[in-house]
Amino acid sequence: MARAALLRRLTWQTGTIVKIVTETARTRTIALQVPEWRGHRGGQHVDIRLTADDGYQAQRSYSIASAPSDAQVEITVERLHDGEVSPYLVDQLRLGDELELRGPVGGYFVWQDSPGGPLLLIAGGSGIVPFRSMLRHHRSIHSTVPVQLLYSVRTPEDLFYREELMRMATSDEIDISLTFTRTQPPGWNGYDRRIDREMLVESGWSPGADPLVYVCGPTAFVETAAELLVGIGHDPRRIRTERFGGIGENP
Amino acid sequence: MTALDGNAIAGMLQTAFGQDMTAAPGTCAGCGAASRLGQARVYRGAGTVLRCPNCEGVLMVIIENGGVMGIDAQGLTDLHVPW
Repeated sequence: MARAALLRRLTWQTGTIVKIVTETARTRTIALQVPEWRGHRGGQHVDIRLTADDGYQAQRSYSIASAPSDAQVEITVERLHDGEVSPYLVDQLRLGDELELRGPVGGYFVWQDSPGGPLLLIAGGSGIVPFRSMLRHHRSIHSTVPVQLLYSVRTPEDLFYREELMRMATSDEIDISLTFTRTQPPGWNGYDRRIDREMLVESGWSPGADPLVYVCGPTAFVETAAELLVGIGHDPRRIRTERFGGIGENP
Repeated sequence: MTALDGNAIAGMLQTAFGQDMTAAPGTCAGCGAASRLGQARVYRGAGTVLRCPNCEGVLMVIIENGGVMGIDAQGLTDLHVPW
């Protein structure tokens, strides 16, 4: 029986857009009502497929931004200049529209309150998206796993989920550090530079705490962070990475 | 061009193998490094190329055409399909 469930075919489904939230000037969070959604784990992806009038199809993979316990499936999409799919999702899609999707997919970059150990999350730019799912899951199951999140963005206007992250940071288990690498908010006395060794030592668990580490962001950001983490002494086998290419500069 | 990684093609891999493959460990035929397919560097063009995160050698090439998928995995000496 377990095997039959495991090998269940991945099929395209239709979701209806029920909510759209503007995160930044070029980013929106889109909530879909998916009638036959069979649940997901924090960090998993969904594939979105667009079909043009002439039959041409384009598909892209997006990290799921919502928690497994949320009623809707949410993705947060950033408009890419040369994108085939993201400009439509960010600029054209309206409430009530339908979208083709399949998922959830992925089993490597996921977190479910186990394996144990404290959690260290390192996000560059839109790399925060899968962590929103993990953190929401963490809150919804009342996990006692302590979490440190380091989130790097260029400017305050680039921050996703501002209010929600601030709210999460009030919990005893979740500690959030931000770094604004280009422009800082007025009166900011926190980090104002790209992630470096000193920042990771100060704001992340030490290797002795044996944290489970997730790094997500543009390729160059992820590689820099992963190298620094290994340099500090973190076990490479406890570091999971997700690179989504690289558009423009490092956050 | 900068690379995505194997997490971004989880759906394509699952369609091909019938289950999640991003956590599947494989061994590079070029350098012998072990990695999970989720960690592979992925380049998408007419086909999809997975490269070793250690040596950049080609691990796997996937071609999709008209609902038919072809996979060349000559760059892997070992791939543990976890079923």
